[in-house]
Amino acid sequence: MNLEMRGIHKSFGTIPVLKNMNLEVREGEIHALVGENGAGKSTLMRILGGVISKDAGEILVDGRPIEISKVRDAERAGISIIHQELSVLPNMTVAENIFLGMEPRTRLGLVDSKAMRRAAAETLGRLGLGLEPRVRAGDLGVGQLQLVEIAKALIRKARLIVMDEPTSALSERETKRLFEVMRALKAEGVSFVYISHRLEELFAICDRLTVLRDGEYVGSASIRELSLERVVAMMVGREIGDRFPVKTNRPGGVVLEVRDLGRGRDFKGISFSLRRGEILGVAGLMGAGRTELVRALFGAEPAERGNILLDGQEVRIRSPQEAMALGLALVTEERKVDGLFLPFGVDFNIGSASFPSLATLGVLSPGKLEAFAGKAAEALRVKTPSLASPAASLSGGNQQKVVLARWLAREPRVLVLDEPTRGVDVGAKREIYEIIDRLAARGVAVLMVSSELPEIIGMSDRVLVMRNGKNAGLLESGFTQEQIMSLATGV
Amino acid sequence: MKIRFGKLVSRLGPLLGLLILSALLAALSPDFLTVSNLMNILNQVSLNGLVAVGMTFVILTGGIDLSVGSILALTAALLAAMLKAGIPDFLAIPATILLGLALGMASGVAISIFRLQPFIVTMAFMTIYRGATFVFTQGRPITGLGNRRIFAALGRGELGGVPWSGLVFLAGIGITAFVLARTVYGKYVYAVGGNPEAARLSGLAVRKITASVYAVSGIFAALAGIVLTSRLDSAQPLAGNGYELDAIAAVVLGGTSLSGGKGFMLGTLIGAFIIGVLNNGLNLLEVSSFYQQIVKGGVILLAVLLDRRK
Repeated sequence: MNLEMRGIHKSFGTIPVLKNMNLEVREGEIHALVGENGAGKSTLMRILGGVISKDAGEILVDGRPIEISKVRDAERAGISIIHQELSVLPNMTVAENIFLGMEPRTRLGLVDSKAMRRAAAETLGRLGLGLEPRVRAGDLGVGQLQLVEIAKALIRKARLIVMDEPTSALSERETKRLFEVMRALKAEGVSFVYISHRLEELFAICDRLTVLRDGEYVGSASIRELSLERVVAMMVGREIGDRFPVKTNRPGGVVLEVRDLGRGRDFKGISFSLRRGEILGVAGLMGAGRTELVRALFGAEPAERGNILLDGQEVRIRSPQEAMALGLALVTEERKVDGLFLPFGVDFNIGSASFPSLATLGVLSPGKLEAFAGKAAEALRVKTPSLASPAASLSGGNQQKVVLARWLAREPRVLVLDEPTRGVDVGAKREIYEIIDRLAARGVAVLMVSSELPEIIGMSDRVLVMRNGKNAGLLESGFTQEQIMSLATGV
Repeated sequence: MKIRFGKLVSRLGPLLGLLILSALLAALSPDFLTVSNLMNILNQVSLNGLVAVGMTFVILTGGIDLSVGSILALTAALLAAMLKAGIPDFLAIPATILLGLALGMASGVAISIFRLQPFIVTMAFMTIYRGATFVFTQGRPITGLGNRRIFAALGRGELGGVPWSGLVFLAGIGITAFVLARTVYGKYVYAVGGNPEAARLSGLAVRKITASVYAVSGIFAALAGIVLTSRLDSAQPLAGNGYELDAIAAVVLGGTSLSGGKGFMLGTLIGAFIIGVLNNGLNLLEVSSFYQQIVKGGVILLAVLLDRRK
């Protein structure tokens, strides 16, 4: 479909979030929508999806103005939105998920499961996904679920599919697969709006892009006319020199040593050492056991086999408390799920791992938490209206800084970071890289899991690559994306 | 500023409701705004209020405690038996409180160690403790508790015209409000209710904290049991039946969220008073107790609806 959104305005209360915004998506085109967090991308897509209404402006489909005031209107117009948090019901089958709310009926008015499964299988086949429609959706991986969502959109006769950060949880291989499906659908005339923080991806899959900044339309262009640097500059409104800071850390003696660590089928035989002031990157595909490994180190789900040595002394880490007592800190992969207390204030979130040290005989002294949190927030330049503002109200980058502040305030010796810049915009990413580098320069040993290869290469001193729960290689220096990928995939 | 204002409204909403309700009743009945009636309300509120104080801790962690009414009855029966056996009240009362702690802890341990649903576990203990009360009392009230000063004062005595039971309740509110707002333990209760996994990864002993709130709930149920036993000068096997629902209603009316992590002890004070004032006012207006239940249910629904809009 040809979609045009013209002169869209939207305010929340007195705060304008979209000002004279434009978006034009052509038939059979994959169109990137980029901008920093808070630029207005999701607001624009929520208007398109009929979740919220616009204050002014018009939406044209194939040249005809249409009114989208509720979700049904968008669906009827052939617009389908796939959110970052997938809306799959885990206890229902794939077929039931695909047909949710529009199940085919038999003459008696009962659900026609056979027809449903047949149509589901056919659509899944079209996506190159030979999946049994009777499988429970909860048993599938994220990559497969993503394709199930697309199948769901196709069954609803979608001609424009909005994909919000579809690859943030996908492995390289799953991403490739998704792109193949998108290209095939594009050839059939389906249009896509594609939102991603991974700018490299846009160049791989998109035809044109539109940039937003602070709720305003910056411009649209064919992707072939642009460079990565130019896109970043358009997003942030200034040229960012390098994406990564010049490294200033100098690795010292070994702090942490891991020998033959293992747990169940998650990971086994992992050995490595981590030096003072070193950044050790942990690379690998989704499901390679990276998150499981670092969570075991922190005692979240303790290891079952192997040894952990701290300063040459063997230690046992069976709980987060024990890990913290040894000077370890873990910034988890999903800050909204197991990192933040979303409805609570920034001060609470920063203080949550340090309350006892702020109290006398269990009673918190007034003002001490504020002072403590204020200092930590300032050190990382957390942007928040006040320390009492709920963490949920901050942008992704600032939320991540809040979690970092919580752990940095404890002055850890070993800092474990799991996907430290996931869902964080370009400007804040650079800030987080600088923070990590500063810490390492001060002697903190950093273990950093990341799925973004440029991040691994730009930040790490050495790289541990994992594959299927095992150590696939430890790269000392001069590592390249190709080298890491070939170890991670085993080809 | 907007957030601040919203917070203020959510804190003041229940108080506003209580004031409107009181003004309404004062206008309708000349007996409502008299010192003796207000003291009467305080006395009436204290029982449900004490149970609600403990319930607030449980609900703040996202749990629920249905066993409080039965704990009240069982602790009351054991207290009465101890007094009847001649054990002095200054020993029997602390023993009763410890017993309440232990009974509550049993639910807490089952919930946190075996990761069971609070609703089911406390429902099971509600039945078990009620049964134990019947077994222990053989289904009959325990009377003839003798004349003990502290014991008698708790349910029947006054200090300068204010009932001791009310003072115990208000002290309970004051202490727990301080604990929740200003102590590490209080912050941990909120943390466990707000996001248990984030709390665990912040190094909190989530299981112990979870178990502890049921112990706190048991302590306050036992306190209510002591006050009730004193007031009736006997222990009744059916005492406290249905109290869990009034306590939950008081907590929710006070603005505490059943999903955990959000709420204040002073809200529970107000919530308990809303229920108490409503009961008292409807009595003064000679509304039949059948209708009273309908009104009470309606008020709870209304309060939840108003709360949802914020």
